[in-house]
Amino acid sequence: MLTKRIIPCLDVKDNRVVKGVKFRNLRDAGDPVELGAGYSDAGADELVFLDITATIRSRKTIVELVEKVAENVFIPFTVGGGIQTVDQIDALLRSGAEKVSVNTAAVGNPNLIAEAAQRFGNQCVVLAIDARRSKKHEHKWQVCVKAGSEPTDIDVVDWAVKAEKLGAGEILLTSMDADGTKAGYDNELNKAVTEAVNIPVIASGGAGKLEHLYDAIVLGGADAVLTASITHFGNHTIKQMKEYLASRGIPVNL
Amino acid sequence: MIVVIDYDVGNVKSVCNAFRHIGCEVELSCEPGSIEAAAGIVLPGVAAFGYAVSALGPLAELIKESALSGKPLLGICVGYQMLFDQSSEYGRHSGLGLIYGSVVPIPSGSPMDSLRRTIPHMGWNLVKLPENMDLFAGLGGEKHFYFAHSFYADVTDPRARTAFTDYGFDLPASVQKENVYGTQFHPEKSGKAGLKLLQNFYDICKKINSKS
Repeated sequence: MLTKRIIPCLDVKDNRVVKGVKFRNLRDAGDPVELGAGYSDAGADELVFLDITATIRSRKTIVELVEKVAENVFIPFTVGGGIQTVDQIDALLRSGAEKVSVNTAAVGNPNLIAEAAQRFGNQCVVLAIDARRSKKHEHKWQVCVKAGSEPTDIDVVDWAVKAEKLGAGEILLTSMDADGTKAGYDNELNKAVTEAVNIPVIASGGAGKLEHLYDAIVLGGADAVLTASITHFGNHTIKQMKEYLASRGIPVNL
Repeated sequence: MIVVIDYDVGNVKSVCNAFRHIGCEVELSCEPGSIEAAAGIVLPGVAAFGYAVSALGPLAELIKESALSGKPLLGICVGYQMLFDQSSEYGRHSGLGLIYGSVVPIPSGSPMDSLRRTIPHMGWNLVKLPENMDLFAGLGGEKHFYFAHSFYADVTDPRARTAFTDYGFDLPASVQKENVYGTQFHPEKSGKAGLKLLQNFYDICKKINSKS
């Protein structure tokens, strides 16, 4: 049976891993290659690296970083942050990334998803969605772009369904309301999306306790959980997370 | 020396990194001379099937000839799928035809299934390892490997040995037909078990080469 995945997320800025609360107040959390290799040894199923500066200058740095990670880490990893073209995706995949995530550029040009899927296969294309609860409509979420700074009128569930049709192979769904709070994932959001699409969904934002991981999988229907604060600052090891999930009947790769 | 076929698809470097990590001499190349001189060939692939086949171009014939002459060949993911006759991913495309079978979409789960079957089949799944498949030597009865694919090979070749994983049906995860090997999953991204599998392939190459 396919196991549920635990995916540590490493937000990278100037070649360092950082972590903030609600996308602000960044704290230094370590060296990306070292942290990546450490998580791999500790039993992480995958890794996500997000280039949160995503400037033209950082584009080159991130390719070099991906090369270094790929020489030392033998589990899959996804790279995202500011990716705009199929050629940029190509460069990252060639450097050793297994998947690439797109966000703002895909909202502006949804065809980017289709182009990338037809060239590299759907399984390489992750759509990252930054979701914020709508203030106007209950049980609805807005897609936010530019690292969450700019809300759009696009409904998160509609966008997820459209992206699946275009060829996205996976959705990385971040709740901006929950991100960094350690108060648990937004499982109403997770459930709304996992029920609407047939591609895997990674729940992101809000993990603080072991039972939050279980809830995202069981209540939210998530196929994988993204973790940051809960792992970087040493609250729980990956092994503890997996043993906990296994004890509650969730299939994991222990 | 193992040659990893360098063609215009993603992820070729990861395969080389993994072989280097286990101390295997490896070369990333698309030169016919290197392919002919290699102890074994690895055909990787992160791409759509049609794109991969056209990117491979005339190398396809050389790889096929090498395999038919007895040289060990390992196909990974789309490289594995290309070992078969054909695929229906984004159109109809012919493969190398080294193993009988067709590459077809993973069926979506029926509403009756208790678990939602996502497509792509993405993540770590448990593979039952038959004793008679050389790639799995020393790995025990079952291991988790990393999968990421929307199509799978429906293996019809009576001479191919097949290992399966459970995805609501028996999904072929790996084949072996004489000196032709393939894995739907990514050994280069499957942690320690994956590195051991690549070591086994390297050992097979060394053994065959010492005989000839």
